[in-house]
Amino acid sequence: MKPSIALSVEDLSFSYGGKKALDRVSFKIQSGDCTLLLGPNGAGKSTLFSLITRLYDTRDGRIELCGFDIKRQTRKALAKLGVVFQQTTLDMDLTVMQNLRYHTALHGMGRKLAAQRIQQELERLNMYERRFEKIRQLNGGHRRRVEIARALLHKPSVLLLDEPTVGLDVPSRLAIVEYVHQLAIDEKLAVLWASHLIDEIYPDDHLIVLHKGRIKASGTVDEVLKISNTVMIKDAFYTLTQGDQA
Amino acid sequence: MHLPEGRRAGPSRMNILHYWRAMWGIIGRELWRFVTQRERFISALVRPLVWLFVFAAGFRATLGLAITPPYETYILYEVYITPGLCGMIQLFNGMQSSLSMVYDREMGSMRILMVCPLPRWFLLLSKLLAGTAVSILQVYVFLAIAWFYDIKAPWQGYLWVLPALMLAGLMLGALGLLLSSFIKQLENFAGVMNFVIFPMFFMSTALYPLWKLKESSALLYNLAKYDPFSQAIELIRFALYGQFNQPAFIYTLAAFIVFMTAAIIGYNPSKGMMSKKGGG
Repeated sequence: MKPSIALSVEDLSFSYGGKKALDRVSFKIQSGDCTLLLGPNGAGKSTLFSLITRLYDTRDGRIELCGFDIKRQTRKALAKLGVVFQQTTLDMDLTVMQNLRYHTALHGMGRKLAAQRIQQELERLNMYERRFEKIRQLNGGHRRRVEIARALLHKPSVLLLDEPTVGLDVPSRLAIVEYVHQLAIDEKLAVLWASHLIDEIYPDDHLIVLHKGRIKASGTVDEVLKISNTVMIKDAFYTLTQGDQA
Repeated sequence: MHLPEGRRAGPSRMNILHYWRAMWGIIGRELWRFVTQRERFISALVRPLVWLFVFAAGFRATLGLAITPPYETYILYEVYITPGLCGMIQLFNGMQSSLSMVYDREMGSMRILMVCPLPRWFLLLSKLLAGTAVSILQVYVFLAIAWFYDIKAPWQGYLWVLPALMLAGLMLGALGLLLSSFIKQLENFAGVMNFVIFPMFFMSTALYPLWKLKESSALLYNLAKYDPFSQAIELIRFALYGQFNQPAFIYTLAAFIVFMTAAIIGYNPSKGMMSKKGGG
């Protein structure tokens, strides 16, 4: 079966006042693809995420999630989307369970279905035993797992992750990277992962290199290496971002 | 970490049940947070109780009050000030909600609410209802304590005051929402205290009747008369004595509609302040 386009971004531009944050950005992500959005700080990654999640208004260009226009069919489009933001967005004073129940309520799930989904997602992230603990009592890695579980509760088709491994220790980071890659393959989930950590890239990943609001290269790892005329992805990133820090 | 079998289609059918569950999810979360945050609960009560037990007791001797509706006889200053303090609880609660919205936006948890597949006006309204429910809970606890202090309204008044508190809470909460759409950082909230809460509270009928203000200054009298907080207090005052103050009701309702509409525009990504400040 031919994979379908889960996320489509066309000619997207955005400015803060007179300062251009995104300039005619276009790309597509298919179901089952894990796409890493690479770019140094200030490249426009967070702005792009804010536009895809409709926190900002799309003035120039078009974004579609599973064929639904984010501007005109906002609710249908957002129902297809799971998001893990860069900052922790959990309520520290509530338990894991309460945080997840809140999310299921926002997505209109009944108690029984919500309980099933919560159990399913927490079990596969090895967090079910900790469901009655307050978020405040969890370490950074476990909080991130809860956020990933929450993003998946309503069975989205597209998963956005905005630098989800920042501040985590190496084992936690690797576990999350592996888990999300496996998730994309097994569940045909389209993943857009913003990062500036080169070691989070898998050989089969698609890459989008964003710099100063423009796409400098996109494609498979091999294609990006070819475009940048380099052999190491680290060098490709350095070359494409003209020496800016990763 | 292991993965189960493939995923099914998404569960969300945009129906009334979805709205209902989402609204109760938001209200339930707010109530739970309020009940478990004991310090917040106590501090919300201490403020009006200090005004009642200390401020009102001190001013009782200096402030003579004529008989004005809804009162049918001479009353103690503590009795006069009680509806004002109910309004004060709701005013501060509205601003507290506004503060928590700014905090949530800075911390990012507001984003989770904003990216769920429901209209933004509905999410804001649910947030508002949640804040109002909390404020009504506080007011009833305050009225119960006042009752033991021998400040008693007719028993029906405690029922009649519920819709009045609902409308007053919505109006003040909507004002808080509106302000939160303009406040860029948590630090700016002190400005709201100085420029909104205090003038609104002191230029109102919470502490002194309009005719007293008229004696002092015509300007102050007019400011107090058209202060939406004054109208909300008068609505509560009359309701507490089983009476319906129609002008106050219309004024408070109109203020709620204006504030709420402006807040919705403020939080609309295509029209409001959200995209201009990069908040979430």
